[in-house]
Amino acid sequence: MAKPRIGIFKFTSCDGCQLSIFNLEEEFLQIAGLTEIAYFQEGQDAPDGNGFQAWAAHFDLAVVEGSISTERQSKELLDIRENSSRLITIGACATAGGVQALRNWADVSEFKASEYPAPDAVEALAESTPISAHVHVDYELWGCPINSAEFSEVLASFLLGKTPGVPGYSLCMECKRKGIPCVLVAGQAPCLGPVTRAGCGVLCPSLNRACYGCFGPKDGANIMALMRIFQGFGYTENQCRMMLDKMNTYKFREMEEKG
Amino acid sequence: MAIKGTLKKSRLENLLAVLNKSHRVIGPKAEDGAVVMAEIGYKDIPSGVRDLQWPGGCRLLPGKDSQVFSFSPGPDSFKRFLHPPVSELFAFKRNGAKIDFLPAPKISERPMAFFAVRPCDLSALKLYDKIFLGGPVADQAYESLRRGSLVVALNCLYPGNNCFCLSMGTGPEARDGFDIQMTELEDSFLLEDGSAKGAEILEQLPLGQAGADEISAKRQRIESCKAAFKKSIAAQELPGMIYANLDHPHWEDIARRDLECGNCTQVCPTCFCNTSYDYAALGGIAAGGAVSGKRLRKWDSCFSRSFARVHSGNFRFSRKARYRHWMAHKLAYTQAQFGLPGCVGCGRCITWCPAGIDITAELEALRHV
Repeated sequence: MAKPRIGIFKFTSCDGCQLSIFNLEEEFLQIAGLTEIAYFQEGQDAPDGNGFQAWAAHFDLAVVEGSISTERQSKELLDIRENSSRLITIGACATAGGVQALRNWADVSEFKASEYPAPDAVEALAESTPISAHVHVDYELWGCPINSAEFSEVLASFLLGKTPGVPGYSLCMECKRKGIPCVLVAGQAPCLGPVTRAGCGVLCPSLNRACYGCFGPKDGANIMALMRIFQGFGYTENQCRMMLDKMNTYKFREMEEKG
Repeated sequence: MAIKGTLKKSRLENLLAVLNKSHRVIGPKAEDGAVVMAEIGYKDIPSGVRDLQWPGGCRLLPGKDSQVFSFSPGPDSFKRFLHPPVSELFAFKRNGAKIDFLPAPKISERPMAFFAVRPCDLSALKLYDKIFLGGPVADQAYESLRRGSLVVALNCLYPGNNCFCLSMGTGPEARDGFDIQMTELEDSFLLEDGSAKGAEILEQLPLGQAGADEISAKRQRIESCKAAFKKSIAAQELPGMIYANLDHPHWEDIARRDLECGNCTQVCPTCFCNTSYDYAALGGIAAGGAVSGKRLRKWDSCFSRSFARVHSGNFRFSRKARYRHWMAHKLAYTQAQFGLPGCVGCGRCITWCPAGIDITAELEALRHV
């Protein structure tokens, strides 16, 4: 039986999620053994420089990092989708627009004019959008960066044809399972755990720090209710806005509108 | 014959030492601003620590040095140990059509002794035994952890701000379901056996005579605890008050505040819902196609969208429906299902709810339109 062909692509992002794949170390070698990694610039010694010509071939699985920030990217993404049986996104940029989506609520031409000597040379779209705003996504993996163990499970599930057990519930659930005293209740800290997706392994609350939401909104997050609690702690509306306006702002704002 | 005796406070260590001969002692310990439960030694007991709890908040404060137990229950209970948050039910290995099942590794050969279990939790434990052991098939994982366990109950002498066991009829005094019960007196603990195993342990301790004075001191302390309760629930009106108000507008008001985070269900000593699934990662897939993985069981919560998910969606489609279901399960359905109360009045769901949603106040609000 032929090994499944896998392509790992990136758009606007920091490459950190792809590095999280390398962080699997021995398991990463498993990927090389079990699949044909047909496209993975981050893992090549010498990038071919021509960008994405290898796409012409079919992929059984496309793994996509990064948000869509330019016109060219949106065309390339369509091309990838058309050539892939399954497409999964990895990380806050691909799944939720990334920190660069903060510009969606500002004027990008103003940024261009103030930061670049030749603003016309910058081909940025007015908005940075997640992959799901453009094409059908079969599975989304959240996090900034993703949790390597979750990626391993998702890839194994793809190979086995099963549904991954990656959660959509709150970080609190993971926190309570681990028996970590609540930093919000016992510490009155502005912890985003109640509205944030589990999956990171409770990195911050384990170190007695408030969650800052890098895994994005959980399914059905009641964001306004949490912000009212923070306002009760004395945080201003603007401070609350800033807590949410990070790498997952696109999805947090979408969720706020839903209520 | 029933054994009663007093143990000097300075000798409390002896009790833990006797328990520890045959059991792992699971008891209270202060950690990061809360009293949690862990495998402890005598020195871990947060002696003299007082806690201040309110809806959505908890703080530890220094208390009276002469008191050992001046704190109320923290987020943990026996649940973490008898029904672990994540456990492996079995491992599997599939090679072509052949599947082998391997038993889960044993957590420990030594049974557990639960030390300083509050009366509310004794009621919850009774419900757990009924749920996990009382059906046509006993739950093996629970059974193996529960077998051989010991329960040392502690009568409550101070209600926490969010405690309402008195109105639920589950406390503050231990009535049954323990091997030993302790009551903290001025310089000593009054110890009473509740089972043959408990009596055996008490026989190994340097107990003093417990006379009428000690018995009346115990009574007096429990009565003054009863008088100090700040919260109560209209238990005598349950389950009718729930069933009559399923369409009450107040559920919408709760839904507006409800974070749907699931904290209440995770700290609740009677919430038992769990989910299981087959876990396999890349490391478990061999190049020849053989797969090994494990079936994991994890605490679940009716507040999660993935809970009660059936084909394409959750049939409790709104936040309101999910909260109402949880509260109705606590205050109405469990009694009908198992003949025991689904809420034991420990107040954990009130303290550990970041939004401070108070089950007693929400029930009261159903009286008003």
